[in-house]
Amino acid sequence: MIHQYKLNGYNIVLDVFSGSVHVVDDMSYDAIALLDAGKTEEETKTQLLSALSRYNSAIPEGEEKYGEQDPEEVLAEIARIREQGKLFTEDIYEPEAFDFKKRSTVVKALCLHVAHTCNLNCNYCFAAQGKFHGQAGVMRFETGKRALDFLIENSGTRRNLEVDFFGGEPLMNFEVCRELVAYARSVEREHNKNFRFTLTTNGIGITDEVIEWANRECGNVVLSLDGRKEVNDRFRRDISGKGSYDTIVPKFQKLVAARGGKNYYMRGTFTHYNPDFTEDLFHMADDLGFTELSMEPVVAKEGDPSALTAEDLAIVSEQYELLAKDMLRRKKEGRPITFYHYMLDLSGGPCVYKRISGCGSGTEYMAVTPWGDLYPCHQFVGEEAYRLGDIWNGVTNTALRDEFKLCNVYARPDCKDCWAKLYCSGGCAANAMHATGDIHGVYRQGCDLFRKRMECAIMMKAAESR
Amino acid sequence: MKHIETLNTRDLAASLQNGGCGECQTSCQSACKTSCGIANQQCEKCMED
Repeated sequence: MIHQYKLNGYNIVLDVFSGSVHVVDDMSYDAIALLDAGKTEEETKTQLLSALSRYNSAIPEGEEKYGEQDPEEVLAEIARIREQGKLFTEDIYEPEAFDFKKRSTVVKALCLHVAHTCNLNCNYCFAAQGKFHGQAGVMRFETGKRALDFLIENSGTRRNLEVDFFGGEPLMNFEVCRELVAYARSVEREHNKNFRFTLTTNGIGITDEVIEWANRECGNVVLSLDGRKEVNDRFRRDISGKGSYDTIVPKFQKLVAARGGKNYYMRGTFTHYNPDFTEDLFHMADDLGFTELSMEPVVAKEGDPSALTAEDLAIVSEQYELLAKDMLRRKKEGRPITFYHYMLDLSGGPCVYKRISGCGSGTEYMAVTPWGDLYPCHQFVGEEAYRLGDIWNGVTNTALRDEFKLCNVYARPDCKDCWAKLYCSGGCAANAMHATGDIHGVYRQGCDLFRKRMECAIMMKAAESR
Repeated sequence: MKHIETLNTRDLAASLQNGGCGECQTSCQSACKTSCGIANQQCEKCMED
């Protein structure tokens, strides 16, 4: 399977199963399309020659479509990359994917919901203002400690263990976060583990003490800001309705300035009200000085006023292109910014096992509620049918766990013919469930945007290779 | 080659033989939390190398 597209002046051909990416000239681009459509080399050559003469007689001298290109030379180069296993390669992974039920999995990561409560009242929140459609509450230290022990016990020989402090707003239970990190540090060596902590925060509770702790202990911090003041304050308001921008921006700037180059992301959400979300990214970069950026489409039910409409998607698509081109310009000028979804490591990215095994929710990754219940991921919390078990008794709903174990890209019929499947690994089970009622479904809007982002990210790699 | 430039990419078929160490992050772990993919992750082994 191949995928070819033109973007920003580049003709790009992606060979799906080898992962190869080719930047080709016009004649090669057309030749590959003809071969992919089932034409023989001879037929392709004939068509190219015919196109060559047709185009070149119809347009002014010096602007020939193919210029001086020679179809035989082009076909020889195509044959060469084909022989190298970099074009028209076959899918050799499918049998592996169906054997996945037998594989043993370990728990690598926990999303610790240390607080099901929030000091903001954002009405687009998928977590229902932090309460996940349930009761409010905070995690006790003993519960968190048991969660960390559960992770150690179920992580096999895996050394790096990831823990997110999530909510609600985790800083509403900061003392427990701090105690849990101290506990993890006290036991990691004896178990040959290395805990990596992430804090996701709305910023309201950031203090100097939090900054010192987060910058020392958290390998990553995710700071929620939607961009321009009016955009952020439309949704990200406190209980009294006051926007959070003026409170959180100085705190975020202080935290990032003190971070000393450690990972962070400014993480925003865009909605129907700001499909021109690049303005928000550029505001964060140019006016506020942040360079590590992430901006996500809102997760909202169809018909919700904040949900992206079909018309918005066309705008969003253009915005992704605009962003990619602008990031190339910034890089050239020596002042690059990072966009989370354009971080693509073509040579050092995931192996094929990772690419076909799905996101890990329900098997390698689980969410823990303040009361110690286990769910496949943070987006399933509150969906009683998706409760896996608890941190004291482990996973008791093993049928559900096995369903998630098998929920990979090959288990989703809609992914069969998608060129991006080895980049998304089948996508988000929670989005699929919310969109279709089935974790094996696909969230089509999310897929369309994902493919667009991948096209942009790959184009950037092509541009950077020049 | 004159007409085709191939970018340096990881050979996915080869990674079937030597991949699967499992040390990589889970997909939704860092910045997104709502629209996961695996493309923007790095292989821990490759990073070590």
